[in-house]
Amino acid sequence: MIILLRLENISWNTPDGMPVLHDLDLTVGDGRLIVITGPNGGGKTTLAKIIAGIYTQSSGKLYLDERDITDLDITERARLGISFAFQQPVRFKGITVRKLIELAAGEKLPLDRICSYMSKVGLCAEEYIDREVNSTLSGGEIKRIEIATVLARHSAVSVFDEPEAGIDLWSFANLIKTFEDIRTNLNGSIIIISHQERILRIADEIAIVAGGTIKAQGKPDDMMKLLAENNAVSGKCYRQEEMF
Amino acid sequence: MNEITKDLLREISDWDGEFKGAYNIRENGQCAGRMSSRNIRIESKTDKPGLEIFIAPGTKGETVSIPACVTHGDVDDLVYNDFFVGENADVIIVAGCGIHTEMGEPARHNGIHRFFLGKGSHVKYLEKHVGKGHGTGLRSIDPVTEAELEENSVLEMDTAQIGGVDRTTRMTAAKLGEGAKLYIRERILTEKEQTAKTDFRVEMNGRDSGVDLISRSVARDDSHQEYHSVIIGNAPCTGHSECDAIISENGKVDAAPELHARDNDAALIHEAAIGKIAGEQILKLRTLGMTEEEAEATIIDGFLS
Ligand SMILES: Nc1ncnc2c1ncn2[C@@H]1O[C@H](COP(=O)(O)OP(=O)(O)O)[C@@H](O)[C@H]1O
Ligand SMILES: [Mg+2]
Repeated sequence: MIILLRLENISWNTPDGMPVLHDLDLTVGDGRLIVITGPNGGGKTTLAKIIAGIYTQSSGKLYLDERDITDLDITERARLGISFAFQQPVRFKGITVRKLIELAAGEKLPLDRICSYMSKVGLCAEEYIDREVNSTLSGGEIKRIEIATVLARHSAVSVFDEPEAGIDLWSFANLIKTFEDIRTNLNGSIIIISHQERILRIADEIAIVAGGTIKAQGKPDDMMKLLAENNAVSGKCYRQEEMF
Repeated sequence: MNEITKDLLREISDWDGEFKGAYNIRENGQCAGRMSSRNIRIESKTDKPGLEIFIAPGTKGETVSIPACVTHGDVDDLVYNDFFVGENADVIIVAGCGIHTEMGEPARHNGIHRFFLGKGSHVKYLEKHVGKGHGTGLRSIDPVTEAELEENSVLEMDTAQIGGVDRTTRMTAAKLGEGAKLYIRERILTEKEQTAKTDFRVEMNGRDSGVDLISRSVARDDSHQEYHSVIIGNAPCTGHSECDAIISENGKVDAAPELHARDNDAALIHEAAIGKIAGEQILKLRTLGMTEEEAEATIIDGFLS
C-alpha cells in the first residue's frame, strides 16, 4: 500500500500552552477511507486542522506523498491536494452557493456539474444555486454545501469533520454512497471524523483518537471490537464518555 | 459626446453605442443627447437645470436612462430631475453618474431626483456612481432622492458606489401611501481618505405600506462612512433595515439607525453589524486554495455584489 499522508510525532499546544495533541502518528494509504472516532474533546478536530494547516503543530512532521509539507501553509496545502470540510462551516453574505462551489472547483462550472455535487449531498441544485450562503440557510443545509465544496475539489486527501451532523436519514444514505464513490471512482483518500456506526462500517481503517493521541488504528472489525469492549457502542450512535 | 463620457457610460449604464429606450445624456452640465419614446417623454425644465420625465400610465417593460458624466475638473454640476410615473406603469430607470478628472481641480455632481409614483406603478431604479482618472482634485457626488409612493406602488432602488469617489453625501427620503412598498439596496465602498455619508428617511403613512432597506458597506484604508436611517411607521406597516459594514485597515464606520413607531400596528426591525472580515471566512477560502489577499477580495466582492 502506498502511504499518501503521514503524520509523525505530532503535538499541539493551545496558545496558552495547554497540551492538546501529543505523540500522534497517523498514516493514510492512497485511495483509503479512514474514519477517525473517539470521545468529544479528544482532539479529532484539532488533528484535522493540523492536516489542513489551519493549526500549526508545536512539533512533529507531515508528509504528503513523501513530500515534507510540515512548513507549508493552508493555501499551499490546499493547492497540493488537501481539502477540509469544517465541522462548523462559516457563512458568507453575498456569495451564492454556485459561486462558492465554483471557487472550490477553481473554475466556472456548467449547471449539470453543480447539480451533481449538490445531489450527492442531497440538495436540489435548482432550488439552491442562486441562494446566498448566509444565515437564511439552515445548519443542515450549510453543512451539506460545505461537503459539496470539498467534493468539487477532487483532492488527493479530503477530510470531513463530522459530516453527519444535521443531516437527515435519506441524505445520510446518499452521503455514505458518495464517500464510497470517491474511494472507488476517484481514487482519493478520505478521512472522516465521525461517531456514526454506518460510517465506521464503510471504513478501510478506523483510528481511535482520545486524550490527544491515536489510541489505536486498524481494521474496522478489530476496532469496533475494541470500542465495544470499552462499552462505547450503543445502537447506532456512540456514547463516547469514559472511553479509554 | 467625448471619449471619456463613452467610457463612463459603459461603466454606469448598459450603453453599448446606444441605449435601449428613452434617454438623456448629461455631459459636464450640458445635454449630449436625448431621445423620448412614445410612452416616455423627456423635457427640459424651464426654471432651473434639469429634466421632467413623464412616463405614461400603463407603460410596461421600458427603460429610461439618464446618466450624468463629468469628464474634467473645475465642474460643479447641479441638476434637478423629476420623474412622473403614471398609474400601473412598470419601468426601469437607470441614473448613473461618473466623474473623471486628470488635474488638480475638484469636480462635483449634485443630482436632485424626485419620483412621483402613481397608483399601482412599479419602478426599478438603478444608480451606479464611479470616480475615475488620476486627478488629485476631490471628486464628489451628492445625490438627493425624494420619492412619493401612491397606493400600491413599488419602488426598488439599487444603488452602488464602488470606489473612486472622494466625498459623497447621499440623502434619500420617501413617503409611502397605502400598500406602497419601498426596497432599497445600497452598496458603498470607500478607500484611502474617502468619506461617504448616507442618510435615509422613510415615512410610512399608509396602511400596509412597507420598507426594506439593506445597506452594505466596506470602509478600507483611512476612509470613513456614516450611516443614518430614520424609519417612521405612522400606520399599520412593516419596516426592516439592515446595515452591514466591513472595516479594514483604519476604516471607520458610524451607524445610527432610528426606528419610530407611531402606530400600534407598526412592526419595525433593525439589524446592524460592523466588523472586520471574519477570520473563519478567510480560512475557509484558503482551504479552497486562495491566498489571504484573494480570499479578502472575494469576500468583499461578494458582500458588495
Ligand atoms: N484554539 C483552541 N484554543 C484552546 N483550546 C482548544 C483550541 N482548539 C481546541 N482546543 C481544545 O482542544 C481539545 C480538543 O478539541 P477538539 O480537537 O475540538 O476535540 P474533538 O473534535 O475530538 O471533539 C478540547 O479540550 C478543546 O477545548
Ligand atoms: Mg470536533
